[in-house]
Amino acid sequence: MADTHSTVAEHSEPDHTAHSPHLRHHFDDMAQQFDSATLGMWVFLLTEIMFFGGMFGAYTVYRAMYPEAFASSSQYMNPLYGAMNTAVLIVSSLTMALAVRAARLGEQKVLQLFLILTMIFGLAFLVIKGFEYHEHWVDNKVPLFGGHWDYSEAPQFARQAQILFCFYFFMTGFHALHMVVGLGLMTTIFMMARRGTFSPSYFTPVEVSGLYWHFVDIVWIFLFPLLYLIGRTKKLI
Amino acid sequence: MHSIPSVRTYVIIWATLTVMTFVTYYVAQIELGAWNIVVALLIAFFKMMLVILFFMNVKADSPLTKLFAGAGFFWLILLLGQFFIDYLTRTWMPEGTMW
Repeated sequence: MADTHSTVAEHSEPDHTAHSPHLRHHFDDMAQQFDSATLGMWVFLLTEIMFFGGMFGAYTVYRAMYPEAFASSSQYMNPLYGAMNTAVLIVSSLTMALAVRAARLGEQKVLQLFLILTMIFGLAFLVIKGFEYHEHWVDNKVPLFGGHWDYSEAPQFARQAQILFCFYFFMTGFHALHMVVGLGLMTTIFMMARRGTFSPSYFTPVEVSGLYWHFVDIVWIFLFPLLYLIGRTKKLI
Repeated sequence: MHSIPSVRTYVIIWATLTVMTFVTYYVAQIELGAWNIVVALLIAFFKMMLVILFFMNVKADSPLTKLFAGAGFFWLILLLGQFFIDYLTRTWMPEGTMW
């Protein structure tokens, strides 16, 4: 095979005998490989936009159909938890961006430090979310398992409020699942960083994992106002 | 590959995002009627653009990547637009007006 391609290789730029060990054969150079990987990650993120977009759309339709019932449920959402989690995720996005920056500059120790910090803030998000879920469980606001649903404070809304809480648990649950996947990604990237895989000429995995992490942050940036903030001023119960 | 943004830029973006989180939290406590939703979503959109342009550094990405990122939102607008054209014009649905 090598012989049949040798004439092509001789005429192609740049010289393939001196390229980075991370450069795959089907790319001309590292810059093209990097752009392709970034583009590929964005294509994946587009499917994620549609995935969450469907849920956001369905949520909006039901919210428009039953505004009073949904607003009554806002009393059981604690926007302080939501705001704290927003702040925590934004900090984790900062540390992620700084991790990518360190990788590009070849600062190995700084890269590892910021990856660890990103994981810590990601975990903090999940812990806060866990406390929140626990409160819903104690308040009997979990419509999925029969025994933990009680809306006798406003029985006229009880059935419709179940819809809202189903949306709440599905949307925040899928978001939390993405956080868990993100933590798995960060662990992998951290192990690669420890092995010294990354350098200023090759940091693509850090970059595309960062794109995923920031995307999950953006989903939360919309979940926070939609689930916690809208309807706060209405006192229906 | 493109120029590397400074730490200062990242910290300014982070500070802006955090301030906007506080703003949206407090504005939500004030009764603005239908404007509560509008303000909350505008702030969320602004925060998203900051994350996309600076943290995800799309600002410096290739035109093709920019096109794809933009296409994602175009398709999302089509999806949500079709949703709302249908449901929000069903005036015969329960509880009368949709908003």
